[in-house]
Amino acid sequence: MNLVDDIRRGDVRAIARAISLIEDFEPEAELLADSLFPHTGRALILGVTGSPGAGKSTLVDRLITLERRSGHKVAVIAIDPSSPFSGGAILGDRLRMQEHATDSGVFIRSMASRGFLGGVAAATGDVLKVLDAAGYDTIFIETIGVGQTEIKIVELSDIVLLVLMPGTGDEIQAMKAGVMEIGDIFIINKKDMPGADKLRMEVEYVLSFKNPGEDTVINPIVMTSATNGEGIGLLREAIAAHRSEIARSGKLEQKRRFRLERELMGVLSRKIHRLMDVRIEVSKQLPDWTDTLYRRKACPYALINKQIQNFLKEGRGDRTN
Amino acid sequence: MPSKKTRILIAKPGLDGHDRGAKFIARALRDEGYEVIYTGIRQSPEAIVQTAIQEDVDFVGLSLLSGAHNELFPRVVDLLKENGAEEIKVIGGGIIPEEDIPSLKEKGVQAVFGPGTSTEQIVEFLEHESGR
Repeated sequence: MNLVDDIRRGDVRAIARAISLIEDFEPEAELLADSLFPHTGRALILGVTGSPGAGKSTLVDRLITLERRSGHKVAVIAIDPSSPFSGGAILGDRLRMQEHATDSGVFIRSMASRGFLGGVAAATGDVLKVLDAAGYDTIFIETIGVGQTEIKIVELSDIVLLVLMPGTGDEIQAMKAGVMEIGDIFIINKKDMPGADKLRMEVEYVLSFKNPGEDTVINPIVMTSATNGEGIGLLREAIAAHRSEIARSGKLEQKRRFRLERELMGVLSRKIHRLMDVRIEVSKQLPDWTDTLYRRKACPYALINKQIQNFLKEGRGDRTN
Repeated sequence: MPSKKTRILIAKPGLDGHDRGAKFIARALRDEGYEVIYTGIRQSPEAIVQTAIQEDVDFVGLSLLSGAHNELFPRVVDLLKENGAEEIKVIGGGIIPEEDIPSLKEKGVQAVFGPGTSTEQIVEFLEHESGR
């Protein structure tokens, strides 16, 4: 496949097109992703999450500058929500990163979530393969930023940066399950705002809850002011130190194995879903099924079990993909 | 299950900071189901073209009110061509005098939408051009 060679040479047009093929679930996307797969596993993948307005994009912008100074090629996947009504989206994260627009060592791509939950888009994992195979050393994934459901980022990243800011009720939000667990490095941005020190203490307090012996890695907390460029050097050092630490302790390998496991499960369930849809025409029959349920003529589990029985009896699935 | 979305970059070249029109269009197109990449004010033609290529957009919509459209719009068209991305279509909007439109079109700007253009007109154009 010619496109694969072009991607590996770092051809920007090829990379951009490949991402579109994958995003649009074009028929050739699977073969493309698999052809790239052997050439992946080299990039450091940093997930950036946190509530809207916390300063994720500005932080990424500042980190790009430092990464470039050390000669690293950088890619960014910036995810924004699709409208559940029109399917359209306004993708505005790169607004804060436009000073890097003409730097050939930086590739920024905005992605709409296209209805996928978990803070990222369904195709994000395969888009990562394109950027990894294209030779970007550091890849940032910036999530939508709606907080407590952004768990998918853990499956996709080597290190998750959780961006918090004072004065948004983050003190209590931080206590809730699902937010604090996903962060590897905690960033308290807008550190010059009132409440920043208090937030830091709260975060330290919550982090100290960890069960003894459960996790020997100490989660760093870094205070930054992204707009003024303060604390970014410290943040980058914390990322580098954390990376060495998890590489040494085996946690990085463990994470990457977990990512592959989740990916396989994802592909499997999508494929099964697809197969069932083709074989028993789920989409077509859905209105009728719904109708029988509404009239209480059937029950959900029984109805689906019956369909699956029929499917198993009738087919030794070989025609569909 | 291919699910192609039309992507459009809305960008403001030049030095004027009046982005109401650009933002209005961005929102209107979002509501029509487009994926709109918005990069804000004061973008150089080089930055616009690199963004359009990385984002793999179908269209670039340029908004300008300062009067520099005769230089900046064709420059974007030329740079796209130089970078092998001539299939990305360029459209313009803002305060563009009627008499400038023919020469802009000659230089490769596909359409110019002035004040008073309805969202429907723009969408109709985009749908037609993207073959939908």
